[in-house]
Order: sequence, then C-alpha cells, then structure tokens
Amino acid sequence: MTPAPIELALGGIGVLLVLSVLGALAARKSIATPLVYGACLLVSLALGAAALGRLLGYWTGAESTVLPLGLPWVGARFSLDPLAAVFLIVVNLGAALASLYAIGYGHHEAEPQRVLPFFPAFLAGMNLVVLASDAFSFLVAWEVMSVTSWALVMARHREVGNARAGYIYLLMASFGALCLLLAFGLLAGVGGGYAFEAIRAHPPTAGVAALALGLTILGAGSKAGLVPLHVWLPLAHPAAPSHISALMSGVMTKVAVYAFVRIAFDLLGPPAPWWSLVILALGGVTAVMGVLYALMETDLKRVLAYSTVENIGIVFIGLGLGLAFKAQHLELAAALAVTAALFHALNHSLFKSLLFFGAGAVQSATGERDLETMGGLIGRMPQTALAFLVGCTAISALPPLNGFVSEWLTFQAILLSPQLSLPALKFMAPAVGALLALAAALTAAGFVRVFGVAFLGRSRSPAATAAREVDRWSRGAMFIAAGLCLAAGVLPGFVIDALAPAVKNLVGGGMPVQATQPWLSIVPVAEVRSSYNGLLVMAFVVASASIVAFAIHRLGSRAIRRAPAWDGGFPEPSPATQYTAGSFAQPIRRVFATTVFSARDEVDMPAPGDMRPATFHSVIADPVWGALYAPIARAVNYAAERLNRLQFLTIRVYLSLVFLALVGLLLVLAIWL
Amino acid sequence: MALIGDLAIQGTQMFLVLLLAPLLTGLVRSLKARVLRRRGPPVWQPYLDLRRLVRKEVVLADNASWLFRIAPYLIFSATWVAAALAPTFATGLLFSWSADLIAIIALLGSARFFLALAGMDVGTAFGGIGSSREMMIASLAEPAMIMIVFCLALLAGSTQLSDIAAYTLSSNVGLRVTLGLALVALTLVAIAENGRIPVDNPATHLELTMVHEAMVLEYSGRHLAVLELAGSLKLLLYVSLIACVFFPWGLAPAGSGMAAVAIGLASYAGKLAVAGVLLALFETSVAKLRVFRVPGFLGAALMLGLLGTLLLFVSRGGLR
Repeated sequence: MTPAPIELALGGIGVLLVLSVLGALAARKSIATPLVYGACLLVSLALGAAALGRLLGYWTGAESTVLPLGLPWVGARFSLDPLAAVFLIVVNLGAALASLYAIGYGHHEAEPQRVLPFFPAFLAGMNLVVLASDAFSFLVAWEVMSVTSWALVMARHREVGNARAGYIYLLMASFGALCLLLAFGLLAGVGGGYAFEAIRAHPPTAGVAALALGLTILGAGSKAGLVPLHVWLPLAHPAAPSHISALMSGVMTKVAVYAFVRIAFDLLGPPAPWWSLVILALGGVTAVMGVLYALMETDLKRVLAYSTVENIGIVFIGLGLGLAFKAQHLELAAALAVTAALFHALNHSLFKSLLFFGAGAVQSATGERDLETMGGLIGRMPQTALAFLVGCTAISALPPLNGFVSEWLTFQAILLSPQLSLPALKFMAPAVGALLALAAALTAAGFVRVFGVAFLGRSRSPAATAAREVDRWSRGAMFIAAGLCLAAGVLPGFVIDALAPAVKNLVGGGMPVQATQPWLSIVPVAEVRSSYNGLLVMAFVVASASIVAFAIHRLGSRAIRRAPAWDGGFPEPSPATQYTAGSFAQPIRRVFATTVFSARDEVDMPAPGDMRPATFHSVIADPVWGALYAPIARAVNYAAERLNRLQFLTIRVYLSLVFLALVGLLLVLAIWL
Repeated sequence: MALIGDLAIQGTQMFLVLLLAPLLTGLVRSLKARVLRRRGPPVWQPYLDLRRLVRKEVVLADNASWLFRIAPYLIFSATWVAAALAPTFATGLLFSWSADLIAIIALLGSARFFLALAGMDVGTAFGGIGSSREMMIASLAEPAMIMIVFCLALLAGSTQLSDIAAYTLSSNVGLRVTLGLALVALTLVAIAENGRIPVDNPATHLELTMVHEAMVLEYSGRHLAVLELAGSLKLLLYVSLIACVFFPWGLAPAGSGMAAVAIGLASYAGKLAVAGVLLALFETSVAKLRVFRVPGFLGAALMLGLLGTLLLFVSRGGLR
C-alpha cells in the first residue's frame, strides 16, 4: 500500500528532526556537513515531489491526519490541501537548493556545530507551519521556525552587530507570534475550537474578523517584512550564513505569506471590501520603501534583504487586490490577482535564493560584503557572475524571465479594478499601480548598481583581485536556480495551471486554462484583452541577436584589437575613479531620498591654502526607526528605570504590596461575578 | 493563404522598421541643421555611418568582459523585437499577441538594463555617470509609461496595441480628456527615453551633460553601429507608438488587400515625416535642462498619466 502524501510529508519531517539530532551529535566530524546537507536535499526533494503530485492530482489519498499530540480535545491536525501543497513546493524547492549549495558552501563554516543541528530543524519547522491545520500545531511550528532561525542568525554571534540583530529579531518574532496567538484566540472563540475546520464552520462576526485581520497583518507581516515591521529583516537575514540567508529571505517570508493567505482568505470567512484598502496601502508603501532602502545600502546582503521587503510588498498588492475582488464576488479577477501573488511568491523564492547564493559565493571568494570593495568579479568568477546576472534580470522584472510574468499579471489585475465599487478603492488601485511601476523601475536601477559595482568595472581591493571561482556544488545550485527562473519565465502557463486548484479553493474561481492556449501563451482573462508569450519573445530576441551578430561578422568586420580604455582620451589608472555604489545611487538619493530619508550630502571643502583633504559625507535617517521604534525603546527604558526601584524595597513594603495585590484581585472577582 | 499574407506583413514590418529607422534619425539631424542655418549632413548619412562602422575593427578596452561584447546585440534585438511588434502600417500583425504594450515597455527596459551594465563594464567614470543618470531617468519614465498604458488600456479594454488602435479608430472615442493627457505624457516620456533635448543631447560630447553618449563612450566599430541602430529603432518605435495609438488613420486592418496596405505605407511615411519635422523644431527651440530638473519634467508626465487614469476611474461612462 502506498502511503498518502500527507503521511509521506510527516515522515519526511520526522527524518529532518532526526537529522537535527544527528547534526548535534556529530557536528564536529568533517563528514557531518555533506551528510546532513545531502540528507536534507533528498528529504526536501521527496517532500516537494509529494506536494507536486498532490497538487497536480497524480497522487490521491487521505488529505489530512490527526496525531495524538497537542491539545487533548483538538489533537495535532495536519492537512495537505492545494494551498498547503503550493507553499510546500515553495518551501522545499528553496530548501533543496539551499541544501545543495550548502554541501559545498558549508566547508567554509568555522563552527559547523552552530549550524548543523538547527538547519534541518528549521526546515522541519517551516514544513510543519504549512501542513498544520489547527491553531495549536500551527503556533508551535511557527515558534520552532522562529527559534531555530534565530539560532542560525546567531551562528556567528561574535561578529560585530550580529548580537543586536539577533536581539531585535527575537523581539519582533515574539511580537509577531503574540499577535498570531491573539488572532487565533479570537477566531477560535470561547469554545476553544482550535482546529481550522471548526473555525471555518463558524466564521467570526464582522468586528471580530476585522480585529483578527489586523492582528494577522501584524503577526504575519512582521515575519514577512511589511513596512514598518521590517526593521529586523535587513539586520538578521544578512547575519546568518548565506544559505540560511537565502532560506530566511526566500522561503521563510513565504511561510509568513502563507500564514496571511490561510487566515485572510480561508479562515476569516467572506471579506469586507475595506480590508483591502489597508493591505493595498501597506503593500504599495512596502514595495517602494523596500527598494529605496536597498538603493541606499552598500552591504550586498543587506541590499538583498531590503529587496525582499520590496517583493513582499508586491505579493501583498496582489493579495489585497484579490481580497477586494473576492469581497465583490468577482471570481475571475480575484483568481487573477491571487495567482499573480502566489506566482510572485514562488518567483521571489527562486531568484532571491539565487542572489543570496551569489552573495555567499562572493563573500567566500573575497571575504567582503561591502559593495565598495568589490569590482571586476566577472573576470575572476565568470560562472557565478552569469548566474547572478540571471537573478538580477529576473528580479528586475525584465522579460523573458519569471519576475516579469508575475508583475505583468499583477498589472493585469490592477487593470480590472474599475469593476470595484468602493470609491476609495477606485482611487487606491491606480495609485498602487503607479507605486508598483515605480518600485519595478527602481529595482532595475538597484540591480544594475549591484551587478555593475560588484561584478563589472575594475577591482577596488586586493581581495577582489584575488577572488577565485567557488566550488561545483555552489555553482550547481546557482545554475539550477537560474534555470528554474528562466523556465518559469518562458513557460508560465504551466505554473498558472498548477496554482489553479489552490486559487480555486481560496476565491471560488479560476483563470482560463493556460495549457490549451495556442503557442503556450498566457491569457489572464481573454485574448482580446491581453496576452503574453515569454517563449516566443525569448526566441525572437535570441534569434534576431544571433542573426545580426552572424551577419555582421560575415559581411562586415570581425577584427578585434585590445587597447587601454578610451575614457574620453584621459584614462585614469586608479580604480578609485570609478563610480561606486554610493555615487551610482546619488541621483536617486537626491530625487527620492531627500524627502523619504531626509538624505543630506555634507561636503567639507577646506579654504584655499588649507592642506586638509576635502571630505564628503552622505547622511540618511531611517524614518521608520526614528518615528516608531526609537520612541518605543525610550518608553520601555523609561518605564524600566522607574520600576527598578521596586527591586530595592524593604520586606514590609513587599508584604504590603502582596496584600494590596490580593485585595485588588478579590475586588475584581467580586465585581466581575 | 491568409497565414502567408500575415507572415508577409509581419516580415515586411520587421524589415521596414529596420530600414526606416536610420532615415528618421537622418531626417531629424538634417532638419535641425537647416533650422540652425547650417547645411548639415544628407538625410542618408546614418546609413553611410553604419556601413563605415560595421567595416571597422573593434577596439576593445583591455578589461572589457564578455558582457560588454554581447550587450550590443542583446540591446539591439530587444529593441528590434519591440519595434517589430508595434503596428506601423497595418494592424493585426501575426505575432502581435505575443507581447502587449506592457511587455514592449519591459523589452525596452531590458535593453536599457544591459546598456547601463555595459556602461559600467570598463570601469571608467564616464560610463558610471551615464549608467547612473540613465537609471534615474528610467526610474521616473517607466512608471509614467505604465500610467499611460493604464489610461489607454482602461479606455480600450485591452493592452494589445492593435486593439487600442482599433478603439481609437472606432466611433465611440469622442473627445476625451484622458486621451489628451496621455498624449502629452507619452510625448514627454518619448523625449526622455530617446535622450533628446531637453533631457539629454544626442549630439553632445561635453562630459557633464552626457547620459546616453557616456554609456557608449567605450564602444567602437560594429558594436557601436549596432547600438546606433538600436537608438534609431527606439526613436522610430516611439513615433510608431504615438502614431498608432493617437493617430491611427490609414492603418491597414488585418487581412485587407494591397490597396489598403499601400495606403497604410504612405500614411506611415507621412506620419514619420511629420514627427521628424516636429521633433527637429522642438529640439532647436528649447534649451537642455540641468540633470536634476529632469525629475520635474518626468514627474509631470507621471502625474498627467495618473490624473488621466483617475479621471477614467471617477468618470461614469465609457469604461470597458
């Protein structure tokens, strides 16, 4: 008898937990690193295959199961419905790539015992969140995911700044989990029906649903990185080893998106139209702010982490539109918007993993994360450069890669928004469209900057000059991720069709079947409205480029002479004269950041005759930190100092305090009952 | 039989844009010279330049990478494909459904992405300055363009260029404020995207004002020829876009006979000539803006596009 997919999935998670223990016991042995990562790779592939089989309907069997764990009257419920299957694929695709990458990259780890035990447990936690179908298991799995990822962030706790990153992450993770706990409490009601089925059977009233939605936005949004809850993300994601960064940025944020989708679309019952106002506003602001932060940053991994914030904004724009359409029972439009969001979540997990792998490769080759010390790496690491370039092109939403398809679908969904009847939404939808377009254009600028400064030009430091290409495993993982980006970009119809069952469950409708469209194009609504064919576009571009190159080489000249750079006639040998990451962003800083970040350029120009060198500083202030977090931190400090006095009282005062507290509680009871 | 006809029209269109693009550039150049009371080069000078450049050897900077060498071809082909998908003299092109207006903009975005990277490849200050400014300009021009697409797509109920052109030709257009706003915005974007005065000066080699020229400074020989041709194609594409969306008269509908095609070709030639004259006159009558005045210029385009879209959302009739 073949096991049902859910049983296989739970078995795989069990294997991951065993591997975690094994990793803890044998971490110091040199064989442990390839063994643990190799086993994780196999388990992730198996889990992903099970989810894919379930999603496409090749593999039937029991959808859910109850284990005798957890709350006695609920049990630990797990189910593999189409939505869970979609996110299980996202999680395990990212996990498999990260494991493959880590087989090679893990050798650079100085202290593997700080990584190996937590890596499989982190994967298990993420898988369990997606599979859980009662609130208790969900929250336990969510906390396993948070704590193990915190441990991985702290793997290099001696490096400057990592302890602070871990602390802020822990605070934000606790806050998020608390919000989700309260949200589930509201949904379960006084009866304690924590199983998702029980919640679905008794949808909450409008007020409770709105409150639960707010708590979910805070809880899932803080994990996903919605502005203004994103502050931990650019600190914690880069602090971890690069394959963990890839998992946290590419995959864990998707688990948070899953939590939001599961609650907002599935458990809360029919949505109210005004909900999407909040979500669209948050999504639009997150998208633009995230990419602006990324443009101001020069640490390669932090740039990538901020760009994750931006992409989460794009996903939430799609989800917000989906909720708005669903509230009005426009099933086709809702399906388009939700498909766009889920597709973008998948795409982002692919190209963000790829980019973090590339950043890890650069870091292990040069020992640097600061863009200003790199340059010319395309000559030293040509294969990494090629894979990284594919990632940059994909994330910048350029055809024929996958990022373009999901953003194109989002634009098509926005173009259906005149059907919405809420007047505020009529204004919001085109404004969000403008924000999305702005974010997409700024992303392209940001990744020209990253690739141009790190890989092109002349090297800016001895470390960059001496860089070597990385090992085969890492390159393999990068090229597989790049290949998947291309495949999802030229054959998007198959992805859309695969997402269809999940989307149908969420909004009650579906997009047209794409596999039957002529020439493998994708058609969101109808061909007279819009269609796109990535395969054909790529074929045209490649064919015309090759024909032109061939014709010119044949009929014109094919001679090449190497010579010093021209540079207007006065080439300057010092690599310091190149444009840096900071100077590349200067026009954008001046146009956008003067208002958003109150950016200032301070030039100290000594008077003539003064021998002091002139200096230039660019000052930017984080508005979110200054306006939101700094006052909270000050308030907590203030309260803590005041309460500190309680520690130094006499026994008499303590006794009277206890007595007063008792009287107070009794009074409360007397009034309450 | 119909398929062969469509294929012929699509093929004609592809090579027509390639052949006409240098002519349009030459026309603008020589008209500008005439307006400035110079004699100027002949109209066909760009063809001669291209032939000369293609025959010359490439002088490559010592540290130029493979990206620098393939970028010109990628830039050219992305622009060519985009230009070939915009209706010029006939609608209902065989492959027009493979990329809608948003995809055409994104194809131009790909070309710009690689041009900016190529500018940074050799590692000179000029290349960096060009790339940085180009991406700053693009970061405003692209959203403005998307807003224009929103205006048009919401009116016509489609993002396919052929359908938008068919809508403008139909009787239920009337006088629409949105269309006017979109036309102004698209003109501003077209000027910026093609690096014309007042945003950038195609004839400048003064380092502080260069944007496009700074990025291609290290290119020579056939690479430069391909890039120049791509630049001409882009100008032609924007003129075709404006012509087909706002002035679609004379476009041969799908499956029409030779007479309609001939009318289409003639009217297209006429539109190109008018656009060339207007561009030359405009360029000689305004001064170049400082780089940091450009955001205001493009911000105006973005706001006009957004205003046009909002007008559509709040106005009662006409949406499809």
